[in-house]
Parts: sequence; C-alpha cells; structure tokens
Amino acid sequence: MLYRETGQFKRNYAADQQLFPIFQDKILLAAILVVALAIIPFVINDYWSKAILLPFMVYALVALGLNILVGYCGQISLGTGGFMAVGAYSSYKLCTAFPELNLIFVILFSGGCTAAVGVLFGLPSLRIKGFYLAVATLAAQFFLIWMFNKVPWFYNYEMSQITAPPREVFGFLVSGPQAEPAAQYLFVLGFIIVFTWIALNLVRGRVGRSWMSIRDMDIAAELLGIRPLQTKLLAFAVSSFYIGMGGAIIFHIWLGTVEATEAFDILQSFFVLFAIIIGGLGSVLGSFLGAAFMALMPVGLKVVLVDWIGMVPVTAKHIEFMLVGSLIIFFLIKEPHGLARMWQIAKEKLRLWPFPY
Amino acid sequence: MELIYAVLVQPFVDMYLDPLIFIETVIKGLMAGVLYSLVALGFVLIFKASGVFNFAQGVMALFAALTLTGIMEYMPDGLPKWLTVIVALGATVVIMILLAVIIERVVLRPLVNQELIILFMATLGLSYVLEGAGDLMWGSDVKVLDIGLPTDIWDIGGVYVEQLDVTAAIAAGSLVAVLAIFFTKTRIGRALRAVADDHQAALSVGISLQQIWVIVWSVAGIVALVAGIMWGSKSGVQFSLSLIALKALPVLILGGFTSIPGAIIGGLIIGLGEKVVEVFWYSVHGGAVENWFAFMLALAFLMFRPQGLFGDKIIERV
Repeated sequence: MLYRETGQFKRNYAADQQLFPIFQDKILLAAILVVALAIIPFVINDYWSKAILLPFMVYALVALGLNILVGYCGQISLGTGGFMAVGAYSSYKLCTAFPELNLIFVILFSGGCTAAVGVLFGLPSLRIKGFYLAVATLAAQFFLIWMFNKVPWFYNYEMSQITAPPREVFGFLVSGPQAEPAAQYLFVLGFIIVFTWIALNLVRGRVGRSWMSIRDMDIAAELLGIRPLQTKLLAFAVSSFYIGMGGAIIFHIWLGTVEATEAFDILQSFFVLFAIIIGGLGSVLGSFLGAAFMALMPVGLKVVLVDWIGMVPVTAKHIEFMLVGSLIIFFLIKEPHGLARMWQIAKEKLRLWPFPY
Repeated sequence: MELIYAVLVQPFVDMYLDPLIFIETVIKGLMAGVLYSLVALGFVLIFKASGVFNFAQGVMALFAALTLTGIMEYMPDGLPKWLTVIVALGATVVIMILLAVIIERVVLRPLVNQELIILFMATLGLSYVLEGAGDLMWGSDVKVLDIGLPTDIWDIGGVYVEQLDVTAAIAAGSLVAVLAIFFTKTRIGRALRAVADDHQAALSVGISLQQIWVIVWSVAGIVALVAGIMWGSKSGVQFSLSLIALKALPVLILGGFTSIPGAIIGGLIIGLGEKVVEVFWYSVHGGAVENWFAFMLALAFLMFRPQGLFGDKIIERV
C-alpha cells in the first residue's frame, strides 16, 4: 500500500527517463538529503566525523569506483590500494606545487592523474582476464606503493610520511588539523552527491550498457560492434578516477597524514572489494550499503566486544576478520547480489504489503 | 648515460669481478624459489582438480604452521623431542584434513556450478576466516618454529649455503616425486586426473566429485603444511607469511596454472630473478624490489604468453 507505482503515470519523455520514477523513492531520497545536508552538519562532532561519517563516505566513493570496474565491466582489480595512493600522492604534489589552487580542483586533478595510471595498468586487460588480470593488478598495487616509498620526489624530499597542508574552500578550513568537522563533512558530501549522480547516469546510458555487455560476454559484445579496447580502458579510467579522488580525500580530509605502506596496503584493496561484494556487484546503491557495512561493522564490533563485554582489542580484531570472511562466503552462497538485492526484495514485498497476494 | 651504464654494464662487471657473491646469490635465489614453488604447488593441485583458484593457499600455510607451533607448545615438556614433533605433525595433518572436509561441506558444495570468479572470491573470504581463526586460537605474536631441522651453514669453497635451504629443496623434490607417483599410479590419482579433465565425464563413470574435492583439498593442506614448516623455520611464523605466499601467484602465471613442473620451474625463475636483481641492480632501484619484481615479471610475461610456460593453450569459443 505504501510503496507502489500504481497510478503514477508518465506523460512525457522526461518523466519516463528520470532517475527515480517512483514518487515514494523521491520522498525517501529527499528525506535522506535533508537529514544529510540540514541536520547532520549541526550535530556533527569530531568523533562522529572521523570515526564514522568520513570513513563511510570515502569508502562509498572508492567502492563506487571499484564497482564500475568489477561490477559493471567485469574486470577484477586488486590494485585499489595502489590507485588510492596515486590519488593521495598526486594531490599532495599538486597542493604543494600550487598553493593557490582550490582544493576542489586539486582533488579533481588527482583523480585525473589516477585515471591515467589506471589506464596504463588496465592495458593488460585486453589480453588477459579473470584471475590473470587480478594478478596483473596486484603488480600495480605492489609497484606503486614501493614507488611512493622509494622515490623522494613524491614526498618532496622530506619524510616518507606526507602531511596535508591546511586549505580553505569558500572561506572554510577543510584540510589540516584545525578544520571544522562540519565543513569537512559538507565538502566530502558535495563530492559524493555530484559523483553519485554522474555514476547513476553513466551506468544507465550507452557507456554503462557497453560495459555490461563486455562483462556478460566479451566476444558477443565485440560482434555487436562494441570495441573492447576503448570500453575496457574507459572503465579503468572512470573507476580509477573515482578511486583516486577517494584516495585524495582520505589523505586531505580524513587522515591528514598518510604513509603509503600503511594507509594503502593490500588489505585496503581487499577491504573495498569485500565492500562491493557484500553491498552488491553492479549496483550503485550496493556500493553505499557495502561501504556502510564495512566501515561501520568494525566500530560496532569494537563497541560491543571491547566496551561492553570487555574483550582484549586484539582478540576483537581477530573475530572481526573471521566475521568478515564468513560474511563474504555467506553472501556469495545465499545472496550473490548482496545487500542491494535484499533492498530490492524488500521493495517487492512492500508492494504487496499488507496483503499476502 | 650513467643510468644506461648502471643498468646494462655495471651489474655484469660486478658479477664477473666477484663470482663468489654471484654464485651465492644464485643459490639463495633458487632456494627462495623452492619455497615459492611449494606454495604454488598447492594452488596447482586445487586448480587442476576443481578449477578453483584457491587464494587461501598462502593463509593455509600460515594456519598449518600456526597450528603446528601451537600444538607443540601445549605438549608436555618431559617427552623426547622427536616424539613431540611427530605427534604434533600428525595432529596438524589431521586438522588440515578436517579443514578440507569442512571447506568442501560449507563453502564448495553450495557454490557448485557457480562462476569461477565467485568461487575465487569465496576463497578470498576463506583466507580471512582462516587468518582470524589461526590468530584467535594461537595468538598473533611471531613464533619460532623449531622441529629439529638442521640450521647450520655449510662453507663450500667460500660460498655459504644454509642447510635449511637444502632441506627445503629436498623436501620439495620428494614431495613432487610422491605427488607424481600418486597422480599416475594410484586409483585415486587417476580419478583426480579424470575430474581435472572433465567433470561431467568423471561423474558419468562413477567418480564422486565431493570425495575427490575433499582429497584434493587435504593434499593441498598437507603441501601447505610443508610450505609453512619451511617458511616458518626460516623466518618465524607470522602474518607476513600469508603475504609472501601471494608471490606464488606470479609463479603460477609463469609456469601455467595447470602444470606441476611449471610451478617448480616458475618458482625457481622468480626466486632467482628477484634475488639477482635485488643484489646486482641495487644502485638503480635502491632496494626492496622483491615486493613487486615477481608481479612485474609475470605482467610482462602475460603479454606474450598468457598460458604460461607449460600451461594448456587458452582457446575461446562463442
């Protein structure tokens, strides 16, 4: 009764092609936006920002990027951590080389740099696929991290740990230790909203459809006239762009100081891959749900196991590992399409509710 | 010009001027390669029999080594050393076989007929579970694994050779020999090869897939145990063991996913290559290339021969 499209007629093409055609979806989206834009900035504090909201939003952006590559184009990548490092270090170089440059452009440009690197490491995908490609992207992961640690140019010949300089955007300090949590939050939220909107439109248009056809069967797609070279490389570029922006935001806004070997190691790559498996491969909503799950579960587990039960933090960490692993297996067996699919099933159920048939 | 000299000339001059160091590096590289091969061997076994790319093989080696040290710690002190070792080894083998049964029941059986990439991701999850479980049961501090393997160093005409490395090489060699006999001469071995060849055909002549999978995963578990013992005796049992094991992946690419000799030779090439590059091209890269050299080599190799040195040719049909 609450959720159904009955009676919502589309009277023109614009109405037929809108992103959220169902009235109830629009209300839900508007409600989320109101809470995110008008309520949270006033109640946010440092703990909520650094421990919960920023990790969630940053990983949502990165997961969205990886989902474009893995979920929509079907190319497995284990190099996410390395690409995030490219984003972080290129933003550091841009930021210190051009102190006047607005941080928004710094982050966009570092996304661009990462896209170029991503295309470079995506080149092997034309000849190899599946596990072979996974190993090839592992090469990116280990090589890039090594490079950022060894070549002094990347950290301006100082310590290998890089620190984000304080920067203002529209008069508000968003980067550096003195930054206001609310300003940081809104800054990241702006990126999230804009780039989610872009991703939603990308994946439902011609580009997204050609990615999906490559994923489903590349030879058939080729016969249909889709060029594998351009399509795959475009997926690598767009995906790395998102991941690079995510890395730059991690560096500037969330962590402030990073060291390549610690902040962007291979576990990060697995973390993001798990987020999209749990959230749902090939779904924009799934990237958000998965990122929320993976970012919030450790916090929740820590509260329950360490603060309530009084367990040693190390033991809690091991349990977290086991839980994540078993959840991956559970999701792959029971619901290969992840949390996003569960949400869809819930909506189907809502259509009939409260009547059984 | 200097760079070209440092890349193309200087290393070879060094090799010629100091042949002892060169020989020592080569031997060290080959021995490290043996250890990579041991992990890669486990991958190949499972890939051949079930087509599953088992990402958890490295963690299985870590888990086996952790279990072994854990059990040895809990054994009563008064027993003679050899008895402790044998009992602990036996118990670990039993645990690895149990693990294989559990994996088959819980992970593989429900995922039968799924896409291979899904199975791959399932083994990724499995590696997390095993890692957490191993640490949870036995603690996460670095452990010393001592099962009485020789640790002295031989001095052969100025070249130092660690006895442990030689033991590892002998262990790997005999393991491969035993596996070769097992695969070709025994009933189960023939069934394994049949399954590897064609699941449907194997089923139709009455081979139980589930049983075969349990056997394969048990054998892979035992290979993981051997690899874990060797790595563990060399550098202690710790988390980085599972990361080192990631290097078995480029080994596989080099050797081909389905070839046991390929795993051995690929491992040797990678071990040798990374040690020689690390030592003789040091002035060019400044160290720690071991982290990525193997992957880059594999990447370059993939461009020219995607099926590996000994792998089956990849044929695509619509």
